[in-house]
Parts: sequence; structure tokens; C-alpha cells
Amino acid sequence: MTTQTGPTKPLLAVPRPTFLSRFAARIAGHALVLFARAITAVHAEWRGVAPAPRQRVYFANHVSNADMPMIWTVLPPHLRKQTRPVAAADYWLTSRLRAFAGAGIFRAVLIDRRPETRSDDPMAAINQALDDGASLIIFPEGLRNQGPEPLQKFKSGLYNIARSHPQVELVPTWIANLNSVMPKGEVIPLPLMCSIIFGEPVAARDGEERRDFLDRAAAALLALKPEDPE
Amino acid sequence: MSPILKDIALLALGTGLVLLTVTIIGEQMRRRRPASDPGVEIFMARVDSWWAMAITFTLAMLAGRWAVILIFAIASFAALREFFTYSARTKADHLSLAIAFYLLLPAQFLFVYFDMQRLFAVFIPVYAFLLLPFVAVLRGSTERFLRRVSETQWGLMIAVFCLSHIPALMWLELPGPDGAATGRGMLLIAFLVLVVQAGDLADFHIGRRFGYRQIAPGLSPKTWAGALGGMAVAGAMGMILSWVTPFGPLGAAAMAMVASASGQIGNLVLRAIKRDRGLRDWSHLIPGQGGFLDQLDSVIFAAPAFFHLTRLWWMTA
Repeated sequence: MTTQTGPTKPLLAVPRPTFLSRFAARIAGHALVLFARAITAVHAEWRGVAPAPRQRVYFANHVSNADMPMIWTVLPPHLRKQTRPVAAADYWLTSRLRAFAGAGIFRAVLIDRRPETRSDDPMAAINQALDDGASLIIFPEGLRNQGPEPLQKFKSGLYNIARSHPQVELVPTWIANLNSVMPKGEVIPLPLMCSIIFGEPVAARDGEERRDFLDRAAAALLALKPEDPE
Repeated sequence: MSPILKDIALLALGTGLVLLTVTIIGEQMRRRRPASDPGVEIFMARVDSWWAMAITFTLAMLAGRWAVILIFAIASFAALREFFTYSARTKADHLSLAIAFYLLLPAQFLFVYFDMQRLFAVFIPVYAFLLLPFVAVLRGSTERFLRRVSETQWGLMIAVFCLSHIPALMWLELPGPDGAATGRGMLLIAFLVLVVQAGDLADFHIGRRFGYRQIAPGLSPKTWAGALGGMAVAGAMGMILSWVTPFGPLGAAAMAMVASASGQIGNLVLRAIKRDRGLRDWSHLIPGQGGFLDQLDSVIFAAPAFFHLTRLWWMTA
């Protein structure tokens, strides 16, 4: 979700959910799950945790705009219902369709990343959602990864969550192979199989420094990456 | 009831009875063991998948030619997806792979539907073979070029070309007494699938128990005893099912043995590819069996041999 927003545009307001829009969002959500499964046969591998109804933050690698919908697809419905992706307001509130998808289908926690326009502390919305009992999907690399490295340096949000909500499980979530389904610049998605691998939760240790924790979390995520088929 | 309907019903009934017996045996094993036994659970998952396949295929046969072609086109799509997920490719192959999935694959099955036998035979082995590398060249990247184009072509040959010979068996039928199409060609598909499957199962169980000399040590536990036993059981199965074929009892047994032999070869070849890519199964799409390629490997290899032998049969008869 790295669309470069040029000169800052005013964002749309988060649409107010009505009965009709909630119904439409449910239908669209099911259609999306079906579509994702039909094309990529996406498959969840619960390697380090079971799909249990605990409050969690799934932190994942970020290579494509389809990352978040893929994780969302493989979560069993009862977990999906309590899970909200953290996403960029400056992407999801730029057209009515995106606003419907972001706020309606995914019920995303929307955060304005642009320092020049953002009004409140981005962590405030995240903390609020966690206090409400929601699980979250976050991409701690921040921007989509388009370089040769498998993983970029993590931003601090994950550490802040680990400190402010120590009871929440931080689950590393590797999204495998999605990049070849639709590499940057292509328009036709290829039907190749993807998998989402959930690893063992990472918790901040007593007295652990911010950077140490973030690097350890990144290493735990990278350890889930399957070997390339050359 | 028309004769073809009667035959489909008989086949479905027979398969259903066998599956029912197997299901009952499995449930009893389940009841006898206190803790859940992974072996029994895998077996039951397989039986469930067999039920699903038998029911789907019977319904498709009842619905008609188009439905049979459609389910094999879908299976081909899933198999090609499994193959290309693990084949050598780079970003430069995006367009060729998209063409393979969205144009070549549907075209091949449309040739089956519209009876275009000559195009069916040359389209992928000749035209796609010559033109797809050109599409890859247009993207400019020569990195591992030969590997990429070869593996793409191989995937198409296995998952589309060879697999499409299964529904193409519907072409092979003698006209009825009044010269009209009888639709009996689709019974040959059921024959092929059932004898190959029976051979594979027998090979697995006989090979485990009695075999000692392995065919491909280090690759597969398959033994010569298992392979021969599999062929023998397939032959017996072919004889039992000979009433759906035009071959007669001995001819059907011989055809079944050839099909089983080529099927077992296919199983070994695809296992070697999986080993090369470090895979145990191609995917998880069929519970208890792995992926579509795991399920269909032997039928895919058996189909072209069976197709051409059957044709030869008619030419000489």
C-alpha cells in the first residue's frame, strides 16, 4: 500500500455503516474469499500456534497489496470476525470503493501515515482497537518490500504493542509465493499456489531494547520463509 | 432405459458397493482403536475423497459430454497450477504462464469438445512448443532461459496435453446399429480410471508385503513384485469390467495391464520431479491424497498410451 500520494489530498470520511452496507460488505467478503481460494488455493499452515480464539497481532511480510486479504482469507471465520487489519488511511480513503472495502469489508484500523497531515498519534487508534479486544494484522515493514532483501527493517509499532499490551500474542505470519501471483507492473494474476505460515508467538523480554526486540521479531518471521524452488 | 444409462448405473452401483464396504471396514477399525490412529484417519480421508470423485464423475457422465470435459479441464487447471508453482520461472515468464493458463488450457479442452482431432494432437507439442519461448524472449530476460522454457513446456505436456487424452477417449466409440453416436466412449474413461486405480492400490499393498527388489532404490519403495502384482490385479479388474469396453475379456485384461504399467511409470517419474523440488505432495487440495497431480499422476501417463492403443485396435479391427 505504497501508492505515492503526491500533494496531500483531503481524505474521504470513514463511511458510516448502514444495514445495507454491512450486508453488502458480508457478501463482498465471501466473494473475495472464494476468489482468492479459486486463484491461489491459499492454504494456512499453523506451525507455531493453533487457530484458537485468543487476542493476537499477526505481523507479516509485505510484498503486495493482496497480502492482507490473503491472511484475512485463511483465518477461520470465527477468528476473521475478531481480526482487523491495520492499514493506511492515505490509501484506503482515496476512493469510495476503497473506503467501502477498507472500512466495510475488512473493518480496518485506518492510520494516516503522512506526517504533514496526520492529526493524532497513530498508535492511539491501534491501542484503542486492542483495548476493544480486537486481534490485528500489521505489516511492520511499513512500505511494500520491492527490493532484493526478503525482509526490510521493522518499524517501531510492534515494539510499542508488545510493551503496552503484553498479554496479546504477537504471531509472525509469513506470506509465501504471493509475489509471483502478481508481480509489480503486471495486470493479469497468475494462478499459483500461496501459503500463509503462522509461527510461534514472540514476546518482548524484560529490559529488552526496542531495536533488539524488533530484530528478533523480524528473524522469527524470516525463519518461516520456505526455501525458493530455485 | 437406454443401454448407456444402464451401464453407467451398473458401474456406479458397483463402485458404490466397493466404497461402502471399504467405508464400513474403516469405521470398524476406527471403533476398535481407542485413540485415534493417524493411519486409519488418512485411510478414511482417502475413502472420503474417493466417494467425492466417484460421485462427481458419475454425475458428470449423466450430465453429458460437456460435463465430463469440464471436470477434466478443471482438474487440468489445478494440476498445471501445482506444476507451475514449483517450476523454474522468473518475472519474465509472467505472460507465457498467463497464456498457458488462460488460453492454451481452455483451447485444448475446446478441441476435445468440438472434435478437432488434428489440432488436439499438434497444438501443444508443436505450436505452443515453438511459440511460447518466443513470448518469453520478448520480455528480454535470458536468465536460465532454457530451463524456464523447458519446464513450462513440460508442465503443459503433463498437466494439459496428456491429461486431455482422458476426456478425448470419448471420441473412441463405434457408431450404434443405426449409425448414431452411442456415448459409450465415456465408459472407457471409467474403465481406464478404475483399472489404473486398482493397479496402484494393489501395487502399494503387495509391494509393501511381498516385494524386496526395488525398481528405483532411493526414489520410491516400489518393488518389482508390487509392480507386477499391480498389473495382474489391473488385468483382473479389466476382465471384470470388459463389458463396458469393445475389447472382449482378454483384450480388456491386456489393455488394463498396459494402462497400469504406464501409470506406474508416471507415478515414478512425477515422484522424481517432486524429489528434485523437495516436495512430499504437490498440494493439500485432495484430503488424504495430496494434490491433483498426486492423485492423477498414473492416469495422466496411462491416458495417451491407452488412447493410441484403443485407436490402433479400431484401425486393425
